[in-house]
Amino acid sequence: MADEGDFDDSATLLEQVNQALENATPLRIQGSNSKAFLGRTTAGEILDTRSHRGIVSYDPTELVITARCGTPLAELREVLAAARQMLPCEPPSFGDATVGGMIACGLSGPRRPWSGSVRDFVLGTRVISGHGKLLRFGGEVMKNVAGYDLSRLMAGSYGCLGVITEVSLKVLPVPRQCLSISLEMDSERALLLLAQWGQQPLPISAACHDGERLHLRLEGGEGSVAAAHERVGGERLDASYWSDLNEQRLAFFDEDQPLWRLSLPNNTPRLSLPGRQLIDWGGAQRWLKSDAQAAFIRQVVGEVGGHVSCFSHGLSDTPFEPLAPALLRYHRSLKQQLDPRGIFNPGRLYAEL
Amino acid sequence: MNILYDERVDGALPDVDKNALLQALRTRVPELEILHQQEELKPYECDGLSAYRTTPLLVVLPRHLDEVQGVLRVCHERRVPVVARGAGTGLSGGALPLDKGVLLVMARFNNILHIDPAARIARVQPGVRNLAISQAAAPFGLYYAPDPSSQIACSIGGNVAENAGGVHCLKYGLTVHNVLKVDILTVEGEHLSLGSHALDSPGFDLLALFTGSEGLLGVITEVTVKLLPKPQTARVLLAAFDSVEKAGRAVGDIIAAGIIPGGLEMMDNLAIRAAEDFIHAGYPVDAEAILLCELDGVEADVADDCERVRQVLQQAGAIELRQAKDEAERVRFWAGRKNAFPAVGRLSPDYYCMDGTIPRRELPGVLHAIAELSDEYGLRVANVFHAGDGNMHPLILFDANQPGELDRAEALGGKILELCVKVGGSITGEHGVGREKINQMCAQFNSDELTLFHAIKAAFDPGGLLNPGKNIPTLHRCAEFGALHVHAGQLPFPELERF
Repeated sequence: MADEGDFDDSATLLEQVNQALENATPLRIQGSNSKAFLGRTTAGEILDTRSHRGIVSYDPTELVITARCGTPLAELREVLAAARQMLPCEPPSFGDATVGGMIACGLSGPRRPWSGSVRDFVLGTRVISGHGKLLRFGGEVMKNVAGYDLSRLMAGSYGCLGVITEVSLKVLPVPRQCLSISLEMDSERALLLLAQWGQQPLPISAACHDGERLHLRLEGGEGSVAAAHERVGGERLDASYWSDLNEQRLAFFDEDQPLWRLSLPNNTPRLSLPGRQLIDWGGAQRWLKSDAQAAFIRQVVGEVGGHVSCFSHGLSDTPFEPLAPALLRYHRSLKQQLDPRGIFNPGRLYAEL
Repeated sequence: MNILYDERVDGALPDVDKNALLQALRTRVPELEILHQQEELKPYECDGLSAYRTTPLLVVLPRHLDEVQGVLRVCHERRVPVVARGAGTGLSGGALPLDKGVLLVMARFNNILHIDPAARIARVQPGVRNLAISQAAAPFGLYYAPDPSSQIACSIGGNVAENAGGVHCLKYGLTVHNVLKVDILTVEGEHLSLGSHALDSPGFDLLALFTGSEGLLGVITEVTVKLLPKPQTARVLLAAFDSVEKAGRAVGDIIAAGIIPGGLEMMDNLAIRAAEDFIHAGYPVDAEAILLCELDGVEADVADDCERVRQVLQQAGAIELRQAKDEAERVRFWAGRKNAFPAVGRLSPDYYCMDGTIPRRELPGVLHAIAELSDEYGLRVANVFHAGDGNMHPLILFDANQPGELDRAEALGGKILELCVKVGGSITGEHGVGREKINQMCAQFNSDELTLFHAIKAAFDPGGLLNPGKNIPTLHRCAEFGALHVHAGQLPFPELERF
């Protein structure tokens, strides 16, 4: 008998999609719904992906894991940790996230600037298309340039282009040594130091400034971590800081004001905006707790080449940065081609898609 | 087998009045350099896959973006196919011209626009050579990581179009992992920016989609790449084995020990002997296989890792183990590998380089099957392998002057690629599909998957004018070709059990 933690339910999902295609019923693709606060509210029948779950294959020496979309992210992490491996992009769980939702939203954790994003670790996917077919793209090998890169396109597409039923991900060994430290300094100095350190082969794998202190994670071999610690100094910090940051459990995130995510060129100086800021990703991602108007925040961030998304649900009808008209036109064209009946999470990303 | 564009199965191309087109281009894009006489067109008739040649209708060599835009607009209005080309070093015929199409050469866009060491990015024009970026970044202690073997000549625009790889991919990624932003012109000449100088950008990940799209979705006009700090040190170990199986297993053992080498390369006996004969790298010519393992990073870590890898290799049954004692020896160890292709080229008038990828565990079985195919087709095959990431480059030796040998080499190559697909790999790891592997695409993807690829193409180029015939085969071609071949790993009569 099939274990419910390991069950191929793709036929049911395919059947549901084909029903929806036949009746032109929009679908709300949903795993654990842990990221419901992200994006626009979409109407539609729920397509629950959690029944299709389980690790399909994992061979640590190949550095590849393949899992079904409904597999809890926590389970994936445990299986990897048992072999002393990890998903380096550190996607957050926000409770009980599934692998499918992790790919669809494409959120990455503190290691992202050094390791790459969720999409960077995607090697292959199985996808139910807007033509009602279960298709396979990419594969389980590190290098594969046959055809268009549908798999990486799926990452971060918020389910608007198809149902991701399975994904193969590149994984890496856990570094031998990991040390977290914290140093007191203001954010100007932190950004300056990070820009300098970024040009040197230092084993930094996370860097966050909370307004008063710079928090750093050093990862690598024993020698490089010890040498970097000696050079940088600082007090030891508990490693749980990074998961608290990643899962938005730090006190900073508790405040009542709306939460905005600013994505910026990494050496952007401190931005002057009302509210409080938390600098992550060595400067490339900043969290803002602010009552300021979306248009104002977008203007300030846009001027330095960044973009803004709103992480507080229902606050804005355009939680993601609006696209330039030409780009939007090609987004619509792509959506129209891949989801001609418009059944996959319509409007979740943008009203027009 | 002829892989030149065949309108019967690749789709009819619009007939173009060459003189009228020339006239229109001269009027609308007055400063544009246009080549139109037979002897001027000749040098552009092929890319790095020189066995296949087609003289383009016209060659245009723009110097300014508005000229590229002008060319695209004129061609779009008149329904003229456009094939974009960078340095023309590609190995899959991705820039093979069309006799009914314009060849758009982007090589003159060769300026490095800006290097920003604090942001660790370089903004460059598409014709800038791969190596030139690292050279320009070197004064800041930075470099651009992807290093295809053609890096001295290949251009970054072509690297993005092909999602180029190299020997350091396992640790440092492919082109797609090292590019932040690409500016393109659509088939209609409309400008789009994909990606941004931040680490992500709103909307669909069109940057990922365009990387490796082989010039079918747009023309690249500018690229922003990530730069990395140069590793402090690099050391290389050479291990010899008396069987390829043992060498293959040793690769898995290194990874299992938690070590990701900067480069991990394998060569079989024929390749070893060819390289030694040519370069005198000091390779053990009696070994059935050698592994070259490069460890890079911070001095202290590299020393530790070297010791660990030594132990792993010894336990894996290495019959000989050497560590390059200085930089000169390191360079010599690598010189043998880096010159493996020309070295093998000395053994035979011609060779044909394949580019399949496989899950690493399948290596012994695949090498065994390649040896059997080699006997069956009566052609020698030397194997060079990016062992770390499962990308193999079997080199098929043949003599094009012997009637039928090129055909046999192609047929053997096709079999090898289908074998890669069958064991869960891919027909191309880094060279691209281009024109070369257009038929093997029918083995890797079924008609529904190909239909979705065509849908993507239609979203950006509904008229099919950008690089037609490359990358994605028509269903018509697959219907004709697929009947003769193992499809998607399924043998004929899949209901029969086989042992």
